[in-house]
Amino acid sequence: MADNGRRDFMGKVFGGWAALGGLGALYAAKKSWDPLPSVKAAGFTKVDLSSAEPNVLNVEKWRGKPIFILKKTPEMVAKQSEKETARDVIVGNDHFLVCIGLCTHLGCIPAYRPQKHDFKCACHGGEFDASGINTAPPPPSPMVIPPFKIEGKTIILGEEGPEYKKMKEAGVIA
Amino acid sequence: MAHFEKAHSLEEWLDQRLAIKTLRRVLAEEYWIPKNINFLWAMGMVLAVTFGILVVSGIFLLCYYQPNVNLAFDSVNYTIMQEVEFGWLWRHMHAVAASVVFLIIYIHMFTGIYYGSYKKGRELIWISGMLLFVSFSAEAFSGYMLPWGQMSYWAGMVITNLFSLGSLELNGLVEWIRGDYVPGQAFLNRFFMLHVFLMPLIIMALIGLHFGTLRIPHVNNQDGEEIDFEEESKKYLAGKRREAKVIRFQPDFLSKDMFVVSIFLIFFFYLVFWHYDFAMDPINFDPADPLKTPPHIYPEWYFLWSYEILRPFPKDPGLVAFGFAQVIFFFLPFLDKSPNVAPANRRGPFKYWFWILLVDMIVLTMMGKLPPQGIYSTIGLVAAVVFIVLWIILPVVTKKEKAV
Repeated sequence: MADNGRRDFMGKVFGGWAALGGLGALYAAKKSWDPLPSVKAAGFTKVDLSSAEPNVLNVEKWRGKPIFILKKTPEMVAKQSEKETARDVIVGNDHFLVCIGLCTHLGCIPAYRPQKHDFKCACHGGEFDASGINTAPPPPSPMVIPPFKIEGKTIILGEEGPEYKKMKEAGVIA
Repeated sequence: MAHFEKAHSLEEWLDQRLAIKTLRRVLAEEYWIPKNINFLWAMGMVLAVTFGILVVSGIFLLCYYQPNVNLAFDSVNYTIMQEVEFGWLWRHMHAVAASVVFLIIYIHMFTGIYYGSYKKGRELIWISGMLLFVSFSAEAFSGYMLPWGQMSYWAGMVITNLFSLGSLELNGLVEWIRGDYVPGQAFLNRFFMLHVFLMPLIIMALIGLHFGTLRIPHVNNQDGEEIDFEEESKKYLAGKRREAKVIRFQPDFLSKDMFVVSIFLIFFFYLVFWHYDFAMDPINFDPADPLKTPPHIYPEWYFLWSYEILRPFPKDPGLVAFGFAQVIFFFLPFLDKSPNVAPANRRGPFKYWFWILLVDMIVLTMMGKLPPQGIYSTIGLVAAVVFIVLWIILPVVTKKEKAV
């Protein structure tokens, strides 16, 4: 039927038009679930390191995540391998571990054991050394070093300073 | 305009306009159920009633719940529990029904596996049922987030971390799902939306589909006997009810169904009034704290088996095994190569396969609750491997099966 030819054409036009609308709707749906600008903007935390005690773990909050800041004793630094020292954040003469305090297995928070100088994750038994490097499974990688910038005795989390960029190039941030 | 006669009763008036008599006949009075079935065939109705309880109690909870990270915990644990008259009742009914519904789903599933109710024309019943299981899982998980206690928060953290897909580290995807770097307001709001609107809507649609898939192949029976429903229903309608192998759904079978439902409700309300604590995790009575992990994160009992398939392996293989466990049940009708529709105990090697699977899943469930140390890790790993191997060998086990 000639009539049906016209109806088929109408159907195809509608279908194409509807598909375009559908794609637009999908795009909008995807974007509406993105983190809000206010969430992204609140991503900077300043921490004063001058009063840090050696071998005492400080936990700061940055982007809703715990940040481990650990000042190492000179003995700890002396015993370290190059791989471990490469992850140290050095402020003046002091070496610090600065990392996101989440186990890289499934995101639990490991606990620091000061007498053993290591971290133990209670959830699945993972372990990390004082430089945040994984030493016992299941965590597959070291704890992540967040973007940081050093300003005198202060560290700004969320901004990429030259020391952080150097670490990133050397591939030691995670 | 069609021609209408004057109606002499409300029923007649509605029938003229809605054909309610035809509807009742087609959906209930001439929907045929085999005679040779047992109480396990009432689990569908038990599930329907439990879902009804969940919806009604959920509506009352929804009147006071606040989907806000600062208010959610107290709106549940103070407002609903202390201030709202009978709020405790709605909450405990909702929590207990949410837990018990999974117990019944598992019984319903294993009944289907045992009697071969997924074969020969009944594949869609099985598949739509599995879609319901997955939807109920999503519904349960999204609901678990809402009280915003410690276990809500950390279960949310751990489960959304699965979407970084192991070593792929798809952080963009995880943050998109959460709407934040960690579970927060955006996360709570969208899971609230999923729990109270989108998932229930999907579940209701799937229940409709599940009923629809049942209509043509009809209900299976204890012997896997192939019944000519056309023929048997004629006998029944001709008054030869003793000879006929079938009965009407309504009122014949429904009376038995409701008897089983009544027994279930006694058990259910016993739990609601005296043992609601089994559906409440003590850790979830601490408000969510992003800087403090509970020492041992575990899901509710009904997710333990699949959690234990994820846990004993390293990250990537664990994820693969977990994904496998989530989807493999869908393929049961196609992995079982035997045409026999019969109870497992008459099917030779399949009998052992069935009971090993059931025991294995109970072992996985027990290990999933225990901390992953020493012997528990080993047992968990063995049980997880057994689960995967069972599914791999199923086609071989059933291929050689003798005709029953």
